[in-house]
Amino acid sequence: MSVRTASPRQHLLLYGLLAVLAVVYIAPFLIDIATSFKTEAEAAESPVSLVPQTFTTAAYERLFLRSDFPLWFANSAVVTLLVTLGRVLFDSMAGYALARIPFRGRAVVFALVVAVMAVPNVVLLIPKFLVINQLGMFNSYSGLVIPLLADAAGIFIMKNFFESIPVSVEEQARIDGAGTFRLFWSVVLPMARPAVVTIVILSFQGSWNELNHFVVASNDQDLFTLTKGVAQLASGALSQGTQYPIKLAAAAVMTIPVAVVFFVFQKRIMNASAGAVKE
Amino acid sequence: MSRRTITRGRTRDGWLFISPAVAVLAVFLAFPVLMALWVSVSDWRGVGSPFAGDVSFVGLDNYRSILTGGTLAQRDFGTALRNNFYYVLLVVPLQTALALALAALVHAKALRGRGFFRTAFYFPSVTSAVAITVLWLFLFDTRGAVNEVLGWIGLAGPNWFQDPRGILHLGLSAVGVDGAPAAMSGGGFLGITWWDWAAGPSVAMFALILLAVFTTSGTFMLLFIAALNNIGEEIDEAGMIDGANAWQRFWHLTLPMLRPTLFTVLTLGLIGTWQVFDQIYTGTQGGPAKTTVTPAYLSYESAFADQQWGQGAAIAFILFAIIVVLTLVQRAALRSRP
Repeated sequence: MSVRTASPRQHLLLYGLLAVLAVVYIAPFLIDIATSFKTEAEAAESPVSLVPQTFTTAAYERLFLRSDFPLWFANSAVVTLLVTLGRVLFDSMAGYALARIPFRGRAVVFALVVAVMAVPNVVLLIPKFLVINQLGMFNSYSGLVIPLLADAAGIFIMKNFFESIPVSVEEQARIDGAGTFRLFWSVVLPMARPAVVTIVILSFQGSWNELNHFVVASNDQDLFTLTKGVAQLASGALSQGTQYPIKLAAAAVMTIPVAVVFFVFQKRIMNASAGAVKE
Repeated sequence: MSRRTITRGRTRDGWLFISPAVAVLAVFLAFPVLMALWVSVSDWRGVGSPFAGDVSFVGLDNYRSILTGGTLAQRDFGTALRNNFYYVLLVVPLQTALALALAALVHAKALRGRGFFRTAFYFPSVTSAVAITVLWLFLFDTRGAVNEVLGWIGLAGPNWFQDPRGILHLGLSAVGVDGAPAAMSGGGFLGITWWDWAAGPSVAMFALILLAVFTTSGTFMLLFIAALNNIGEEIDEAGMIDGANAWQRFWHLTLPMLRPTLFTVLTLGLIGTWQVFDQIYTGTQGGPAKTTVTPAYLSYESAFADQQWGQGAAIAFILFAIIVVLTLVQRAALRSRP
């Protein structure tokens, strides 16, 4: 539908349709925030209204002062930070090796990375638990973090980026006597900033929102991440009643970090996602 | 330095660079799959190592018990397959059509507020499935926002997440068919009668279907926008000169050129919808009356809750096979088209 050639009536129709759709997509989040500031009675009484009649921060007080929510938040933050750091380093090293170092065994490694990409995540629930348990990492931070430290998709993104850099850039440094690591660290990696930012965004989003790995990697309450804690909250772990204001406050708070990253890197995320789709 | 030393040095560097990532992928992804394959043909019950001496090989027993014999395990697996089948059948076309429609609406450069609309449609895709599921439980509560809005236009909404009735059965009962005809109550497949196979998704599953469409349409919209941008405007203009209207141009010119993207979206949709787990773990835990149990969730539940590790692993591999087969079928269909 081309806007340029549309008649005024078509114009009105197009914008009207878009406005209705936008309301459908945005309203749930506005209702979420509004309800988190309502009393439980009001949340049940008027579920659609966007302005609380009795404005209360009771849900947030309960969440932050009298629940494990701060602990879950801290766990998510630690895990996300470590996973993101690990992926930037490991994915870019692996991507560089696959793109630039003609070493023996490279074809086999590449085949492994491709094969791993093809295995659906959910099929790995039991397998992951088996290995984590066998290695004695069940119920530990290492079990939450280490299995996520590298990902095949990230290695691909880095490999493609390094292949797009002209070889001549490295040749000069090599002639000057730089070893492979120095070459990688001081010459190539700084040039790969756009790709690194993409990995940072994808890892941040991925590990902050990750659920099924954390479900099978631990069952210790102290190691709950936000996703696991809030999922437990959803099934009514906080005693009787529906507790909707608290649940929705939790959902809103856990969305804030990804929302901030999204709005800061909006353009890049929209473009990166057109290539690598999150499920 | 001889050539050989250089090669050796590079091989050492190469492995040095790649080994951290390879170690993680091999130890936590590749090896576990082999280990689970062993568990799926063993009688391991979750205690000790699956490789210990007291664990024995049972052949295909675990697969047999979920595929044959009329046991509870078989009925559960049949139910999970049926539930997920309807989920895929509705989510994949709906999310694809909606994503395409959204992309067609917002890709025009002259559209005012283009960025705003794109952001609005894409935002649900970046938030976590857990957060959105919590929100959905509230919106689709019996006295929730959705039912209130339906009330404005005089409709009485159902008790969404508590209602196990299949929507096809509901449709049939609206035209007076309340029970199974004789031909459908007898036979069946995987321990489920044909009548139950024909139930359609339950009302509860339907709410989850809407949830999936809400969260994924924005992601796929971006793929379609990228493809539309690549097509360029010349073709559209050529169509205009030939006197084709907007709809004709879209249907006869644009859509055929979007075919590769369309197949990508359908493939990713198929792979994703057969893996639905987070929403069920967070929201319904398979209820009501097992109508939102999916193979992925059943695999998890069999292993972790019921300690039937062999069966759980077997379900995971059958699910894997389903996804692989469907993807291959789709690839073949893509290739046979002109």
